[in-house]
Amino acid sequence: MSAPEGWNPRIVVFACNWCSYAGADTAGVSRIQHQPHFRMIRVMCSGRIQPGFVLRAFEKGADGVLVSGCHIGDCHYLFGNERAVEQFEKTRAVTRILGLEDERLRLEWISAAEGARFAQVIDQFTERVRALGPSPLAREAR
Amino acid sequence: MTRAHGERLSDIAARTRAWACYDCGKCSATCPVTRIGGALSPRRTVLSTNLLHADVAVYGAEIASCLTCGACDRRCPVQVDFTGLVRALREVSHEEDAQPECPHGGALQSLMRMMARGTLQQQRLDWLGPDLHTDPAHGAVFLWTGCTVYYDAFFPEYGMRTLDVTRAAVRLLNALGQVPVVSPDEVCCGHDLLWNGDRASFEALARRNAALIQESGAEVVVAPCAECARTLRLDYGPFLGSSPRIQHLSEYLAERLSDLPLVRETTRRVTFQDPCRLGRHLGVVDAPRSLLAAVPGLELVEMAHAGLNATCCAGGTWSACDRYAKKLQVERLKEAKATGAEILVTACPKCQIHFRCAQKDPNLGQDIAIEMQDVAQVLADAL
Repeated sequence: MSAPEGWNPRIVVFACNWCSYAGADTAGVSRIQHQPHFRMIRVMCSGRIQPGFVLRAFEKGADGVLVSGCHIGDCHYLFGNERAVEQFEKTRAVTRILGLEDERLRLEWISAAEGARFAQVIDQFTERVRALGPSPLAREAR
Repeated sequence: MTRAHGERLSDIAARTRAWACYDCGKCSATCPVTRIGGALSPRRTVLSTNLLHADVAVYGAEIASCLTCGACDRRCPVQVDFTGLVRALREVSHEEDAQPECPHGGALQSLMRMMARGTLQQQRLDWLGPDLHTDPAHGAVFLWTGCTVYYDAFFPEYGMRTLDVTRAAVRLLNALGQVPVVSPDEVCCGHDLLWNGDRASFEALARRNAALIQESGAEVVVAPCAECARTLRLDYGPFLGSSPRIQHLSEYLAERLSDLPLVRETTRRVTFQDPCRLGRHLGVVDAPRSLLAAVPGLELVEMAHAGLNATCCAGGTWSACDRYAKKLQVERLKEAKATGAEILVTACPKCQIHFRCAQKDPNLGQDIAIEMQDVAQVLADAL
C-alpha cells in the first residue's frame, strides 16, 4: 500500500540503558541530524525485550519496531543481549506467520560511543519503513 | 460500588444461577486451585457476586486464577454455572481495564487481537507437505487447525511440535478418503480472548471464521484442539447458526472407526489426560478412549482422576500461570507416571504445552518425565 501524502511512519525503538540509549544521547549532544519519527523506550537490558513488548507495539499501530542493545560481548549484564537475540528470533518467527513484513522489525547493536551509527540506523530504518507505508495493523488502529 | 456495577452483577448472578447458591461449599471443596493453596474460593466469588461486592468479584485477583476447568460446576447441587460466572466477571473487569498481567508478557493475546483485525495475510500453511492432501477453500470436511503453527514458533525452547498433531489429523482424514479444507485465512477461534474477558475481539474473530466456514460448504468442522471444538460448538451459535456440525477430531474418528485402517501393532502402554474443554465442557470422554482401544496392542491404563473427574493442565486460557498452576501440573504428571504408562496421551495441544513447561524443571527431572502425544498422533502412527 502506498503511503498517503505527508505521512510519516510511527516507529518504536527499544533501547538498553547502557549502550543504545546512551548512543542516542551521544547523537543528541553531538548534534547529529536524524529522522525524528520514533518513540524511544528505555529498558535496562535488551534481554528484557520479550516478544510481548514488540507485538504490543505492532498491535497498537507501530509501523516499525527497532530493538537495540549493546554489541555482543559488551553487554552490561554479560549475556543479556544473547537472550535478546533469542527473544527477537521468536518474535520474528510469529510476525512472519502473522503476515507482517520482515523489514518492519529490526535488531541492531549500538554502543554508547556510536552516536553517528545511531543516527544512521534510525535514518535507514525510517526510510525502509516509509517505503513500506503504514502497517496493515495501523490502518484500523489509528 | 456504583449503581451500574450493582445492576451488572445482579444480571450476571441471575444469568449464571449464582442466586441459587445455598452456600454448601462443594465448589471450593472441589476446586483444584483451592485445594493446592491458591487464593481462589469459588464459594466466596459466588457469594460476593450475590452481595454485589464488586471489589471482590470484579477486581479481586481470584477470578484471574480460576482455571475454568469446570470441576466445581459438575458438583454444584443447584447448577450454578461458575465457569460462566467467571467469564462474565472477567468481561466486566476487561471493560474497566482492570486486567491481571497475562503470562508470556501478553504476547499471545496480542497475536490474537492482531488476527482479529483481519488486515494481514497470514503465512500459516508452510507445514503442509506434498504427502498431505488438503483443499484451501472448499470441501465436505473443514479441518480446524487452530493456533498450533504459532505455538511451535513461540515455544521452541520446549521442543513444541503441536503441528505434528495437525499433520496427523490430515493423515487420518486422508486415510478416510477425505480431502479436508485447511484454510490459509483461518484465524484464532477466540477461545482465550473470550475467557480473558475480551468479548469484542472474540466476536471479531468469530465473524471472520464463521464466514470462512460457511463459504467452504463444509458439512462438518473437525478440530483436533479441545478448546477450538468447545468454542466453535458452544460459543459460535450467534455467528454460525446450527450448521455445520462441529466435532472434536476424536468424535469424528470414533464414528468412523471401522473405516480406519489401524493395522500397525504396538506394545506400548499409555494413559489419557482428558482436556477440561473436551471432558467436562463438551461431555466427551468415551470417544478418545474408543480410539485408543482400537489401536492393535495398545494398552490404556487410567489415572486416579480420569474422565469427568480428570485434573486439568492448569493453563488453558493464558490468563494466569503461577506456582499453583505449576503444582497442579507436577501433581498430574506424577499421577501419570504412577500408572506405569510410557506415553501420556492427550487431546488438546494446550495440555501438552503446559505439561512440557512444567517438565522443564531440572529439580524434578525424572520424577515427571514422560513422553507426550496427542491421540491423533497415536492413531496416525497405527495407520
